[in-house]
Amino acid sequence: MNSAVDGLCVEKVHVWRGDRHVLKGVSLELRPCELLHISGPNGTGKTTLLRVVSGLLRPEQGSVAWLGKPIASVRSDYQCALAYASHEPALKGDLTALENLRFMVGLKRRVTLPELRSTLDRTGVAGCADLPVRVLSAGQRRRVVMARVLAARAALWLLDEPFTNLDAAGSELLSMMLTEHLNGGGLALVVAHHALQLTTAMRRLELAG
Amino acid sequence: MRLTATHVGTWRAMFLVIHRELRLSFRRPEQLLQPLVFFLIVTTLFPLGLSLQLSLLRDMAPGVLWVAALLASLLSLDSLFKSDADDGTLEQLALSGQSLTVIVIAKTFAHWLVSGAALVLVSPVVATALGIPVEAFATMLLSLALGTMTLSWLGAIGAGLTVGLRRGNVLLSLIVLPLAIPLLIFGAGATDRAISGISAAGALYFLASLCVFTCTLAPFAATAALRIALD
Repeated sequence: MNSAVDGLCVEKVHVWRGDRHVLKGVSLELRPCELLHISGPNGTGKTTLLRVVSGLLRPEQGSVAWLGKPIASVRSDYQCALAYASHEPALKGDLTALENLRFMVGLKRRVTLPELRSTLDRTGVAGCADLPVRVLSAGQRRRVVMARVLAARAALWLLDEPFTNLDAAGSELLSMMLTEHLNGGGLALVVAHHALQLTTAMRRLELAG
Repeated sequence: MRLTATHVGTWRAMFLVIHRELRLSFRRPEQLLQPLVFFLIVTTLFPLGLSLQLSLLRDMAPGVLWVAALLASLLSLDSLFKSDADDGTLEQLALSGQSLTVIVIAKTFAHWLVSGAALVLVSPVVATALGIPVEAFATMLLSLALGTMTLSWLGAIGAGLTVGLRRGNVLLSLIVLPLAIPLLIFGAGATDRAISGISAAGALYFLASLCVFTCTLAPFAATAALRIALD
């Protein structure tokens, strides 16, 4: 475990869902400035792996460590250093994009409204800041989620199919965000079906059924 | 890049959750009003169905009031965690760096403000319709406030347990209503005593102790239930 004291270390994780052995001893290491692209056919446990890494799902066997310590022992610190974007945007339709962000990011760190506005501007949805999320398109919601990840200023990004519903410009923007994040010393675990167009180094993990 | 982060304080987090819950509720006023209207209608149905003797009505009033309040509170309990669980917000809350128990406490309290406290506020109208004398109002309001709050805490456990179910509403009622029996007995008892002009302190103390008991233990139980749902 000491080999990845400055990052994330997942060791021989096993997860069963009912009778199905979904994750069969997956191990991975991630250091600052690194991205791991997780791919594989449907139902091979990509999302399950992200949930295990996030701490939402406790593996039956194996361990997840952050900065050399098991995540359960540094739960609060780890969660503040983590930004997880799942399939669901987790945005409330009745609240505006800005209100959604202010709440979700506000639980992790103190943020100001101008800062959130400029983050929404960066992800190209500044015009939607004061609209209820229910009137936004799926792509715009994705961009609001990107703003949430960005505004959390987390070290570790866990992104589950982040390119879904994004247009070409949006995908490019996300790639740029990822590159910047990595150059700044960040870590990222990205589940994606298609190849990532990044200028920085990245590794791949292919999960098989 | 910071690998560790600074934290947002617990009180600040609670404030944020309560603020958001209230805002969400007021964006959907019809959902806010439904339990209240239900409460008003059920309690006005009783005098219509019974004979027009005021003494009989007055005897039944505490029971009617309390049963209607319990059922009205149950109506909105289902949505306590479910909407958050359905749209992935619950996952984000569980990963927010804040204790999930703190979030559960704040959410449940906000739920009580928009359901229980609102019921307490309209109860004088209902009480007048049922012929409860004004002198008994103070006891009735206090007992209802304590009772609905206890019910919110109990309901949080039920809502946590049924969060993963498609149609958990009926099961939720089946879990919560038996637990609410002591509330009904002592709540209606307190109101009854106040109507008769006897001191209701004993029953009120018991209600208060139930409220403290549930508010200290229920958040942990509800959190455990939510963690199972997230797993």
